[in-house]
Amino acid sequence: MADITLRVNGSDTKLNLPPETPLLWVLRDTLALTGTKFGCGAGLCGACTVHVEGAAIRSCSTPVSQVAGKSITTIEGLGANGLHVLQQAWIVEDVPQCGYCQTGQIMTAAALLAKTPNPSDEQITQAMNGNLCRCGTYERIRKAIRRAASGGAVAAGGAQ
Amino acid sequence: MSPLSRREFVAAGVAAGAGLVVGFYLPHGGKRSKEVFSPNAYVRITPENKITIVVARSEMGQGIRTALPMILAEELEADWKQIEIEQAGASTLYGDQTTGGSASVRTTWDPMRKAGAAAREMLISAAALTWGVPRSSCVAQNGNVLHGASKRQLSYGELAKTASTLPVPTDVPLKQSKDYKIVGQRLARVDTPSKVKGEAVFGIDFRMPGMKYAVLSRCPTIGGKVVSFDDKESKKISGVNYVGKIGDSAVAVVADSVWGAMEGRRLLNVNWDDGPNKNLNTAAVVESLKQAAAKKGATLYSAGDVSKAAGRRVSAEYQLPFMAHAPMEPGNCTAHFQGSTCELWAPTQVPQDCRDSVAQAVGLDPDRVKVNVTLMGGGFGRRLEHDYAVESALVSKAVQAPVKVIWTREDDMRSSTYRPASLHQLSAVVDGLGYPVAFTHRLVAASISGQKGQPGSNGIDPDLPDEAALVYGLPNVSLEYVAAETAVPLGWMRSVYALQAAFATESFVDELAVAAGKDPLEYRLHMLAKDQDIPFFVTTWHTARMRGVLQLAADKAGWSKPLPAGRFRGIACFACFSSYVAEVVEISMGKDVPRVHRVVVAVDCGQVVNPSILEQQIPGGVIYALSNALRAKITIEKGRVVQGNFDDYAPVRMEEAPLVEVHAVASVESPTGIGEPSVPPLAPALCNAIYAATKKRIRALPILG
Repeated sequence: MADITLRVNGSDTKLNLPPETPLLWVLRDTLALTGTKFGCGAGLCGACTVHVEGAAIRSCSTPVSQVAGKSITTIEGLGANGLHVLQQAWIVEDVPQCGYCQTGQIMTAAALLAKTPNPSDEQITQAMNGNLCRCGTYERIRKAIRRAASGGAVAAGGAQ
Repeated sequence: MSPLSRREFVAAGVAAGAGLVVGFYLPHGGKRSKEVFSPNAYVRITPENKITIVVARSEMGQGIRTALPMILAEELEADWKQIEIEQAGASTLYGDQTTGGSASVRTTWDPMRKAGAAAREMLISAAALTWGVPRSSCVAQNGNVLHGASKRQLSYGELAKTASTLPVPTDVPLKQSKDYKIVGQRLARVDTPSKVKGEAVFGIDFRMPGMKYAVLSRCPTIGGKVVSFDDKESKKISGVNYVGKIGDSAVAVVADSVWGAMEGRRLLNVNWDDGPNKNLNTAAVVESLKQAAAKKGATLYSAGDVSKAAGRRVSAEYQLPFMAHAPMEPGNCTAHFQGSTCELWAPTQVPQDCRDSVAQAVGLDPDRVKVNVTLMGGGFGRRLEHDYAVESALVSKAVQAPVKVIWTREDDMRSSTYRPASLHQLSAVVDGLGYPVAFTHRLVAASISGQKGQPGSNGIDPDLPDEAALVYGLPNVSLEYVAAETAVPLGWMRSVYALQAAFATESFVDELAVAAGKDPLEYRLHMLAKDQDIPFFVTTWHTARMRGVLQLAADKAGWSKPLPAGRFRGIACFACFSSYVAEVVEISMGKDVPRVHRVVVAVDCGQVVNPSILEQQIPGGVIYALSNALRAKITIEKGRVVQGNFDDYAPVRMEEAPLVEVHAVASVESPTGIGEPSVPPLAPALCNAIYAATKKRIRALPILG
């Protein structure tokens, strides 16, 4: 057991837990941030993607001790002031089917746009390829990223 | 008590479509509220003008929480923006609540319309009574009833109390499709915002006070059992508070955290009795299919007499492996057993089966088991099984606390139910021009329903006949089924036997076209040239509708136009779940690996309820089918499933995902299935494209071995 301070979505929480616990389970079970999903436990599907210091990482394969004191952002904290432009674009394009992988998709896309505001198709594919979707929403994901990149997202609820 | 089989529920749904009114039961134990207007179990209107539509099928991504309410709201003449959606748990109010067989819209189209229309008619009557004017002078519109002559209007909420005193009409007029304002619209899904914000609660996200987490160590060998276990090391893990046998073949590790339970399981030492299948391997499964093929088959469908046809004979054999559903959300369920009751929070396609199976497992009457249906991170048929629910209830009973059972991805891959492996023997007698005068398909596979103790009559899996249709209207046809046996657990996976049947049939039709030296589109259109009705078990198929989708797909794909160098096309069509689909697949070839660039899909699914959802479901089915076709293969060694995660069972990712174009035939026929019908044509269309590129015929899936 170890004392660890986690900074998630701008708030610090002091925890005492096994240091090898994957960040995913700390977020989901301890902090009740269930928007981050468990898909494979092996860094193969991307459903558990969160940001650590702005970079997209797989929380299922990241021991919590590795991210102590670092700035962690989950889907719940992505839009600091209302919805993130990607979340808006996701709503406009009505991307999700089952929706389970979508928070991870959005987190990966957000890290991409933060570094590459206007990605090419190849850059989108390269960035998103680690995120599986069994419902096959890839084309709408691509459209939503393009929409967000071009500043074309609109306020929530306007999906048509 | 056993649940209705898929077949029975589809048949019941079809009966419902033919006029049997299901779902017209009163909610709240038969007592009608004096304030809330609830003429049936599907709709409630409060005096505060809150309109709630109840969805009695499960949302697993197919958009059912949007599509079904749209149907009711259309007849209700409601303001769509005003509607709130409520998910029904397991109930006796709604008939069979099984969500599968692409059946939700097609089997509840009539009940949902009638439920909305009955409410509308009562609201109109209530307004007429209130105003003392003739009923015929009042109209329902956008959530209000209007009296044009006096320019008065009352909202549905204002009319709720009066309407709730009126008798519920049983014979109500339904709208004509030309008057639809909601059905057919590209409305946004109601579940999208919560899914995008991370607020949507899937089964795995459900939490309650005092809840513990369990993972189970299940016997890795199919059919094996627990002999003994040593939990000394497990119990050293912080937070592990229970280790115990669950059933004959699993040991549960319960902890205060998921990670604690997983670590506890890692350190658990179980002594297994591998049981009768410890030497089972994939080669033996294939061999058993070949042996079964020598047996006499049962007739699925026959026309004319194939034995009397004379001419040149062409034959080919096709083979498919076991496949796993692998939905993104691994298996899970939360149960709270409290002595005389048990409550479940279940991501399930079969709430009523969960209720009944859990009741039996924990020794309660079914009416003491409450099933809440959560959102599902994909289903694809995997959640037609009740195993997660029963496990969670048993563990909750054992530890006397609410328990969430979580499966890992490896659990999901290795302790699942699988699409049956199959062998197909096709043969045709062709005339001088190369067109078949006789067509035989022997489909050899184990019966899913049979394995679950519900064999159909004559040993024919009850799902099969309508999933193995041949809609070419040929004069002499024999479709036969040979039931194989397998110890490998079987389940219904998206499009079920239609995937296997379509791969074999449409690959073979392509072989016949090639042998005849004909264009594969022209060859198919020639066979479909005459309008014919082909009565199968549930559905009567029409050659004209099949011809329609083939021609539409070909036109939109530019079939008659030459392709750029290095590009190749394949085509296939298939009918299942009462819908018709044709697909044109355009590829280029890497080194033995096809790259799919474009898939043009034409679908005839009757009235489209929501085109945007159609444009999700069709590409979704195509991508799912592409994963199946390229790499999906579950193999068995020493009685154990080999594949474990998304590295050795690798679905299509963005880099492999083609552009999918969807074209629906304009239709006012009753809606038919869209969740599954785009799956079956993909593999044969792709393999036919690969043949066009390489002259190499692929007769076994997966394509990449």
